Amino acid sequence: MMVNEQIAIDHGLKKDEYAKICELLDRTPNITELGIFSAMWNEHCSYKSSRLHLKTLPTKGKQVIQGPGENAGVVDIGDNDAIVFKIESHNHPSFIEPYQGAATGVGGIMRDVFTMGARPIANLNSIHFGSPQHKKTKNLLRGVVHGIGGYGNCMGVPTIAGQTNFDSSYNGNILVNAMTLGLVKKDKIFYSKAAGLNKPVIYVGSKTGRDGIHGASMASASFDEKIEEKKPTVQVGDPFTEKLLLEACLELMAGDSIIAIQDMGAAGLTSSSIEMASKGNLGIEINLNKVPCREANMTPYEIMLSESQERMLIVLENGKEEKAKKIFDKWNLDFAVIGKTTNSKKIELFFDNEQVADIPVNTLVENSPMYDRKWKKAKLPKKNKIKKEDLKNLKIIDVLKKVLSHPNVCSKEWIWQQYDHTVMGDTIQKPGGDSGVVRVHGTDKAVAASVDSSAVYCWAHPLTGGKQVVCESFRNLISVGAKPVAITNCLNFGSPENEENMGEFVECVQGIGEAAAYLKFPVVSGNVSFYNQTKDEGIKPTPSIGGVGLIKDYKKMITMDFKQVDNVVLVIGKTEGHIDQSLLARNILNEKNGPPPEVNLFNEKNNGETVLKLIDAGHIKSAHDVSIGGIITAISKMCIKGNKGINLKKPKYLINEIEYYFGEDQGRYIIEVSKDSLKKVTDILNKNAVHYDELGTVNEDQLFINEKTKVLIDELTTSNTNWLINYMSK
Amino acid sequence: MKSSVITFPGSNCDRDMDVALKRFGFKNKMVWHDDVELPKSDLVVLPGGFSYGDYLRCGSMASKSKIMKSVINFANSGGMVMGICNGFQILVETGLVPGVLLRNKYLEFICKNVFVKINNKQNTYFKNIDNEVLEFHIAHNEGNYFCTEEQLKEIEDNEQIAINYCDKEGKTEEQFNPNGSIKNIAGVFNKEKNVLGMMPHPERMIDPYLSGKDGSLFFNNLINNLK
Repeated sequence: MMVNEQIAIDHGLKKDEYAKICELLDRTPNITELGIFSAMWNEHCSYKSSRLHLKTLPTKGKQVIQGPGENAGVVDIGDNDAIVFKIESHNHPSFIEPYQGAATGVGGIMRDVFTMGARPIANLNSIHFGSPQHKKTKNLLRGVVHGIGGYGNCMGVPTIAGQTNFDSSYNGNILVNAMTLGLVKKDKIFYSKAAGLNKPVIYVGSKTGRDGIHGASMASASFDEKIEEKKPTVQVGDPFTEKLLLEACLELMAGDSIIAIQDMGAAGLTSSSIEMASKGNLGIEINLNKVPCREANMTPYEIMLSESQERMLIVLENGKEEKAKKIFDKWNLDFAVIGKTTNSKKIELFFDNEQVADIPVNTLVENSPMYDRKWKKAKLPKKNKIKKEDLKNLKIIDVLKKVLSHPNVCSKEWIWQQYDHTVMGDTIQKPGGDSGVVRVHGTDKAVAASVDSSAVYCWAHPLTGGKQVVCESFRNLISVGAKPVAITNCLNFGSPENEENMGEFVECVQGIGEAAAYLKFPVVSGNVSFYNQTKDEGIKPTPSIGGVGLIKDYKKMITMDFKQVDNVVLVIGKTEGHIDQSLLARNILNEKNGPPPEVNLFNEKNNGETVLKLIDAGHIKSAHDVSIGGIITAISKMCIKGNKGINLKKPKYLINEIEYYFGEDQGRYIIEVSKDSLKKVTDILNKNAVHYDELGTVNEDQLFINEKTKVLIDELTTSNTNWLINYMSK
Repeated sequence: MKSSVITFPGSNCDRDMDVALKRFGFKNKMVWHDDVELPKSDLVVLPGGFSYGDYLRCGSMASKSKIMKSVINFANSGGMVMGICNGFQILVETGLVPGVLLRNKYLEFICKNVFVKINNKQNTYFKNIDNEVLEFHIAHNEGNYFCTEEQLKEIEDNEQIAINYCDKEGKTEEQFNPNGSIKNIAGVFNKEKNVLGMMPHPERMIDPYLSGKDGSLFFNNLINNLK
């Protein structure tokens, strides 16, 4: 087939991009080469619209071993232990085929982590669906949850935390973001940089099939009414093979045979081989006849663009082939020497004794397009028009029940019970808390992880929203007693070609960067997913932040359930009653305007660090961060989890009770302390200039405000647990 | 006491079982499915996981692997063999214990703590346990125990039902049945009671910081009974 401009456009390339390819090659590419260019230059692989802005993120820190640019980020947790982690999106495929889309998302991110030599020890996910009333939502939710469970459970890696949100902006584009943490010895980390000439290039894992061809290109475009036709671009996962691949790779990695290793993810053999060559400043020569294929008569084009799962590319030391093959034979996996490293700095592909591609590596990587897209700065919205009098008329308990049963607040047990969260025997905080926590096997250390997003705040004001998500992650880690170490981000946005969407992206990234720098909470890995839109309708800007923290002594971990009657409950941080963009304003009063709560980074850091000090000194019995739904929602959850109640004192502020209890001011935590240690605790808070209010004391079984305003915790539990179960059983 | 844990391709609770057995004093060896000889053992464990990816039927391919011939011989000569979760599914496929394990009634994977009532204490596994009810942990998609009426009568007559799902008080009503198992059955023995298959994972209950501690009770008791 002769390549021309139209064929290039059909591959998702722009006219000028095609012209640039011809110029770089000094000739017209053949069809295989065009396929390779389109795979490497699409948004998903090249980050052409986002690179410029991602560069501004803080990526360095005392504990950072590896920042963005590798398969995953790596942080030092002491004693020669390191945590490898990353979050990645699988939005587009999951909307087309929820089970396989979600499953392969989980498989892909685990591969990114064990490619670096780390054994995965925890999975997390952030999933966003359309309105519960939308006709597709229920099936998508069921399919995604089954897919995540189907893959993670089979791999034997616990799914320890996550987040599920519903909003009509995801009606036509759901989000599935999967995160994995792995544990590795600091001196046994593997990278994707090839080195040395004439080193054998090895293909291991599953055979290559015709599935997922152009998956990465599909993920770089908007959806339209022909979405069903895209099903063949979705990959099919086989967690069993991945489990074998994991064990085989770790077995090979225990020796010294591997020079470089890279998983075949988006754009399969194309991006993996090019990445290894590019990082090593080398060339790679591949004989495509040697690639193990599942189907007969596959063309070079198909082999290079297949996104079949569970495959790895390895550059081995010379002479280690036999030893390596033995390991893969033991695990019943394909093993083939398919090429070698060269000094040509080119990707040279051969098929049936003919050269079918000859492309300088730098044209695919360094010379790939980078755009400084136009973007629009967002204005801070004006305060909304909710009247104080209207708030006063609300009945606290009725509102509270509505909030607790809201899809974005209610218990997600129906979901996480389908995930094996206890396999590996180190999960000491299961889903449903502020963070999931797993012990570092055989040590006193534990690692906490949380994944958060606040699309509503980001939509109202991207800069504030970006900061807020990072702070929320920070708080969720601190609430379990973990010192925040670093984050990974998954940036889900609409089309970068739309100035407003691009503006949302740019300003969210600014916000993330600002907060991450201030809190010394660097970004070590991540991924960008643009074009989350169907026709012209895009999602709310949704950066998901995966935070990782360290607990030095796991026995000091904190959970959120109230522990003992008569203990005193405090709220840390100042409550000003910010109602705009709160769950109360948006979902109970139906007022969608107004600015999100302000983020004060100084207070955020100071409050968080002081809470950590209190935890370290052993003063805190339970803790929970205050997020959507405000103080009373946070307290109710602590009551529900602990099967205890609380007597609330009357707040002594000018703002009314509704604002006090449902406002979503930032930088706050609820903590439970014993009466005996109250004085010590308030001394420490005062000394550190941390604002706090005493909220009340723990009781047996009810939330008590006054004789007229009280409710049994059992009733709140029912409100909180029933919504999702009822929704899914209808 | 010597124990062996068999690792099949796709086993994923083999390490957890190794950790648990060692913690309670077993000298444990990991045995590869492709090996022919079983090391000298006082207890052989088939661990949980997804052997062969659950392809064909859960446990069916693993039941035909090389090592299983030795495991079956060992069991038939009175050796202690315990299958947990996928291990139970494998035992069922070998015919060492009766019945089959179907997909959970609500067609969903379930991971949570459950209570089980000990139905028979006249055996090495549960002898000397004071509790009537244990808090264990399940994590499975195919744990819905089923057998024919004749089989049921036979296992009831032979007291082969080991544990039943129940509530904290030991009530074995249908509402405490997480997966639709016939008669709330969570585990069964062979006729001689030296082979035990059960869905719950005692190895995940060996530490108060994990899901609970009744697994510790179980393993402590087991090793003492074996001595």
